Amino acid sequence: MATGWGERVVELTGAKLHLARAGSGRPVLVLHHDIGSPDRLPFYDALASRFDVLVPHHPGYGKSERPQYLRSVRDVAVIYQSLLAELGIERATLIGLGFGGWIAAEMATMAPREFHRLVLVGAMGLKPPDGDIFDQAIVSYIDYACAGFHDQQAFAKVYGDVTTDQLVEWDLCREMSFRIAWKPYMYNPTLPQLLGGVRAPALVVWGEDDKIVPRSAGERYADLLRNARLEIVRAAGHCVDMEQPEQLARLVGAFIDEN
Amino acid sequence: MHVMYFTEQPMSAYPANIGLEVGHTALMFSNKYFDPVAGSRLYNEYLEHYIYAEEQGVEGFMLNEHHNAPFCMQAKCNIFASILAAVTKKAKIVLLGNPLPLTENPVRLAEELAMIDMISKGRLVPGIVRGGGQESLAAGVNPAYNRERFQEAHDLIVAAWTREGPFRWEGTHYQHRVVNPWAVPLQKPHPRIWVPGVLSQETIIWAAQQRYPYIALNTSIEATKKIWELYDRVALETGYVAGPENRGYLQQVHVSDSEEKAEKNARQFLWMQGEFTGLAHPVWSNPSGYFSPSLRRNFVEFAVGRAENPRGRPTFEQQVADGRVFFGTPKTVIPKLRRVLEETRPSIYGIWGNDGTVSNEDARTCIRLLGQEVMPAMREIGKELGLTDPFEANAPVHLRYSTDLKQMPQAAE
Repeated sequence: MATGWGERVVELTGAKLHLARAGSGRPVLVLHHDIGSPDRLPFYDALASRFDVLVPHHPGYGKSERPQYLRSVRDVAVIYQSLLAELGIERATLIGLGFGGWIAAEMATMAPREFHRLVLVGAMGLKPPDGDIFDQAIVSYIDYACAGFHDQQAFAKVYGDVTTDQLVEWDLCREMSFRIAWKPYMYNPTLPQLLGGVRAPALVVWGEDDKIVPRSAGERYADLLRNARLEIVRAAGHCVDMEQPEQLARLVGAFIDEN
Repeated sequence: MHVMYFTEQPMSAYPANIGLEVGHTALMFSNKYFDPVAGSRLYNEYLEHYIYAEEQGVEGFMLNEHHNAPFCMQAKCNIFASILAAVTKKAKIVLLGNPLPLTENPVRLAEELAMIDMISKGRLVPGIVRGGGQESLAAGVNPAYNRERFQEAHDLIVAAWTREGPFRWEGTHYQHRVVNPWAVPLQKPHPRIWVPGVLSQETIIWAAQQRYPYIALNTSIEATKKIWELYDRVALETGYVAGPENRGYLQQVHVSDSEEKAEKNARQFLWMQGEFTGLAHPVWSNPSGYFSPSLRRNFVEFAVGRAENPRGRPTFEQQVADGRVFFGTPKTVIPKLRRVLEETRPSIYGIWGNDGTVSNEDARTCIRLLGQEVMPAMREIGKELGLTDPFEANAPVHLRYSTDLKQMPQAAE
């Protein structure tokens, strides 16, 4: 297993980004969910055993300060393009988890030839052809996080007894999501047209029991991206990365290595 | 002293048992339980109440609005204000108020209010509110920018009323390339703006900085005194001395011709399961970004059921003991209200007279006794206590129209 996660703060575009990084090999940028991310996850470690893994906290989420100016998810995508430029990283693979999948998709449309691979896991960003993206505004923080899991024991394994600090963090994350993705809620109406320009091969992964983003959105991503396939992971909800980390890491690893 | 009649305009004809079963009576409580036949009857009864109230000597109507909930039928206070502007003659029409962040077009709102002011011949007090969190969700408006939108919409409305058009508005939340509403208010420099509220200190501070009267909504006497302390301090820092003309208070007061009937009807003030706005999930009332960051830590505990409601859920008896609910005949109620006025010294007083399933007949009795006996007595007490209201005091409608500003040392005491 990989060890030696380093943490630093990168200041750019009016944002102070908290960045964790470990491993070596092909660069992989992991973009977390709208509920933020625990500092360490088995999925991140599994990736770091083979790749140079970068896990930033989105601006305004977790340990990254809120830039007051931020108004859209595209703004976040632009900040991450700047981050990669700042770090001198080229041909990265983007792994977007849920809400982070939307950011990854936006990044891919902005630089169609730049990325080695695009991995979207339960990605938000598209209006699902069938069903709606679950509205977190009408449920409590814990209920929303739980809804991301197929198996509630898997939730407990990651979050344990939810602390007040965790609740506060979820509230801050939620506020930031409202600030940048309130309307339309969690999708960009022009993204379907723009996705057709993306040249990076794409892997779309969906938990079989995703209660946050309907699978129809995954099917649509797979249709709209010119070089994409859809994989369904059994016994997983929306947070495939937390519920089936080894399986997801294997899928992703093999995909990055494909010719 | 300006005394007003208020009711939430309850949609009492709804199946409360179903609300209790599903666990909520707001926002997501299905409108399949709304009965438009009863709704039509109730809207017309409430309109008749205001007309009757004016005949009985009531000098002000306080109107408000809420959405997606049986506790208040008034979904747009400007609609009742428009009707009352035409069918009544003397009473002030006090909106407390229009939820500014909900509007996508403040210029349109400025036009509506200007029309109501002219139709009413200058009787309009267009108060403004942020709107509860549920109102944001019901309107699909981003709660995280609620306060920013409130302040910017206010600035734009006042500009639309007072600046010669056409002008251009390039704000953060509102952009209008041509602002030039043909209709402008009758009252100059502009109608009085009052700001009601319950909890957030930011709103009290903002109101004091504008020199707008702050109307404490159904707060306990102790909480109300704390509100004035904060308001007075900010006023001093801003350069003026706040007085009764800056203070308003809304309380639940039901009067009847017997103590027994008054008590029975006053219990209806708790008709929405004792909650102001009915049963609702805490994250509906306080969506993320809506509430003050200083309350975040306490709120999240409440939102997941680990802590009590910070507002509490006092019983009827407790609310009577705390001086939040009053009932009785005019003879027994007037001395109680005198004590409230002595202790809290507001010059604007809203009487929330009827709620829940109080019958039409009992509601009219309450209005008659308020208009004929309670309110005249309160105005007399107000005179005796020097509770001069903003109209009597000819108080500036905004800080910028003050002629008495001075820089007060901060530690003036």
